[in-house]
Amino acid sequence: MPEGCGDGANAVEAVGLAAARDGRIVWSDGTFDLPVGTITGVIGPNGSGKTTLLRVLLGLHPVAAGSVKVLGRVPHRGDPRIGYVAQDFAVREAATLTCRDLVAVAVSRARPGTKGGGWWRELRRRRRVVGDALDAVGVSDIADRRWSAISGGQQQRVAIAQALVGDPEMLLLDEPLANLDPDARAELVGLLERLVGERGLTAVVVAHDLGPLLPVLHGAVYLLDGHAHHDLLDNVDPALLTHLYGGRVRVVRTPQGDLFAPDVDRDGRHGHNHGGGAGR
Amino acid sequence: MTAALGFQSDWWAVLTSDLMLRGLLGGVLVAIAAGLVGPFVHLRNEGFATHTMAHVGFPGAIGAALVGWPTSIGVALACGLSGLAIGGLGRRPEERDIATGTVLAAATALGVLLSSFAAHGTVLVTATLFGNLTSISTDQLVGFAAGTVIVGVVIAFVGRPLLFSTVSPDVAAARGVPTSALSMGFVMTLALVVTMAIQVVGTLLLFALVVTPSATAFAWTGRAAPARCASIAIGVAGVLGGLAVSAMFDLPPSVPIVGLLVVGWCASTLATRTKGRS
Repeated sequence: MPEGCGDGANAVEAVGLAAARDGRIVWSDGTFDLPVGTITGVIGPNGSGKTTLLRVLLGLHPVAAGSVKVLGRVPHRGDPRIGYVAQDFAVREAATLTCRDLVAVAVSRARPGTKGGGWWRELRRRRRVVGDALDAVGVSDIADRRWSAISGGQQQRVAIAQALVGDPEMLLLDEPLANLDPDARAELVGLLERLVGERGLTAVVVAHDLGPLLPVLHGAVYLLDGHAHHDLLDNVDPALLTHLYGGRVRVVRTPQGDLFAPDVDRDGRHGHNHGGGAGR
Repeated sequence: MTAALGFQSDWWAVLTSDLMLRGLLGGVLVAIAAGLVGPFVHLRNEGFATHTMAHVGFPGAIGAALVGWPTSIGVALACGLSGLAIGGLGRRPEERDIATGTVLAAATALGVLLSSFAAHGTVLVTATLFGNLTSISTDQLVGFAAGTVIVGVVIAFVGRPLLFSTVSPDVAAARGVPTSALSMGFVMTLALVVTMAIQVVGTLLLFALVVTPSATAFAWTGRAAPARCASIAIGVAGVLGGLAVSAMFDLPPSVPIVGLLVVGWCASTLATRTKGRS
C-alpha cells in the first residue's frame, strides 16, 4: 500500500470500500489513503462508477461495504468543508444568468454567531465572498456576463468558483475537462494546481482521460473490473494500466518521472503519444 | 352589445368605476404573485407544467359549480392535486412531457363533459377559460391579497436555497439543501398562483401572465433579483395597461392584458437577440 506523503495526514481514508447501484456492486475493495494537499485522479471507463465514488465521498450515496472517512469523519450530506463541482454544474435554463449570480446562489446565510451587522452588512459580505471566489479562478472581468455567453473553459472556472464559496478544504470535480479544447484543458489543470497549492486543498478529479492531468497528479484511483485500485504516480504499475486501457498504454520514462498514456483513445483521436509508433 | 370596435370617450369613468377598480386591484395582486414565481418557473423549465396545472383547474371550476361550491375552491383543489402529481413526478421535465400533455387533454375533456351538466355551462366555461376580471368579488380580492402575501413570504424565506437548488440541483443536494422538499413546496406555491391567475385571465391565457413576464425580463437581464423585480413590473404594467385599453375599446380585459404582455415579450426578444449572441 502506498504511504501518505509528507506529514501523513489523510483527507480520505478508505478501507475495503464498495458501492452498489440498483442492488449491484459497481466497485469494491477500495482501500486507499489520499493525503492532504494532493490531487488524485479517478479514472475508469464509462459506467465504472466514477461519479458514484464522488457521491460516496459527499455522503450522497450509501456505502455498500467497508468504511471511508473524509477529513476525519464519516461522509455526511452538506459538509461545508467539501466543495463539489458536478458534471452538470447548472441546468440548461440557468445559462441565462450571470456568472456572478451562479456563484452567489451558493452563499449560505451568515451563521447565527456572526449576525448583527444588519441587512446592508450581510449584502456586502455576500458580495465580497462571491467576488473572492470569482477572483480566485480568474473570471472577475467576465463576472457580469451571462453564463451562456462565455467559453467552455470560463464556464468550468465559474463552476469551480461556486464550489470555492465557503472556503472548502477539499474539492471534488466531476469531469471538469470534458468538452474543453486542449488549451483550455491545460489552463484549467494549471488553475487546479495553483488552487491546491495556495489553499492547501485536497482535490479529487474524475476524468475520462488521464493525459491532461498527468503533470499535476499525485495519485490515481482506477475503477476497473469492479475494483478500486490506487496508485501514487511515482509508483505506476504498467500492467495495471495496460489492463485498464486494454493494451493500448505505454509507459514512457521522462526526466520528470514516468509518463503513461493510451496511444489512441476511444474516439480514435490521437492521445498523448509520448513514445514512437502507435503500438496496438 | 354590438360587435363594433370603437373608442369609448367615457373610458376614464369606466376605468375608475367600482367594478373596474376591483378588477384592477385583483389583477395587480395576481401580477405581483406571478412575477415572484415566474423567474423560478422559467429557470426550472416548468412552463408546460404551469400550463397543465391551469388546464386541470378548468374541470375543478366546473365541478365545483355543479355541486354548488365557489369555483375558486374547485380550482384550488384541482391545482393543488395536480401540483402534488407534478412534484411527485420528479425534476426532469423532459421525462414527463408526454404524461403532462395527456393529463392536460384529459382534464380539458373532463371540463367539457362536466359543463354539459351545468345549468349555465357556456357562461361558466367562458369565464373559466378566458377569465372574468370585471366581476371580481370582495371575497376574491381578500383571497388574492392573502395569496400574494403567502407567495411573498415563501419567496422571502426560501428564495435563496430555492434558487440554488433550481440552478445547480446536484451541487445544492451535496451542500445539504433539501432539494426535494423545496421542489414540492415550489410546485404548491405555483398551484396557489395558478388558482389566483385563472380567475383573472382564465385557463387558456394564464401562461402569458405567469410565465411570459419573466421571459421578457430575462431577455434584458441575466441577474436573478432584477429579473424578479422586472417580472413583477411587467406583469403589473400589463394588467394596468390592459384594463385601460379594455375600457377604451370595450374589450374583455384578458385580451388586451395578454396582448400587451405578448407584444412586450416579442419586442424584447427581438431587440435583445443580436445583443445576446455577440
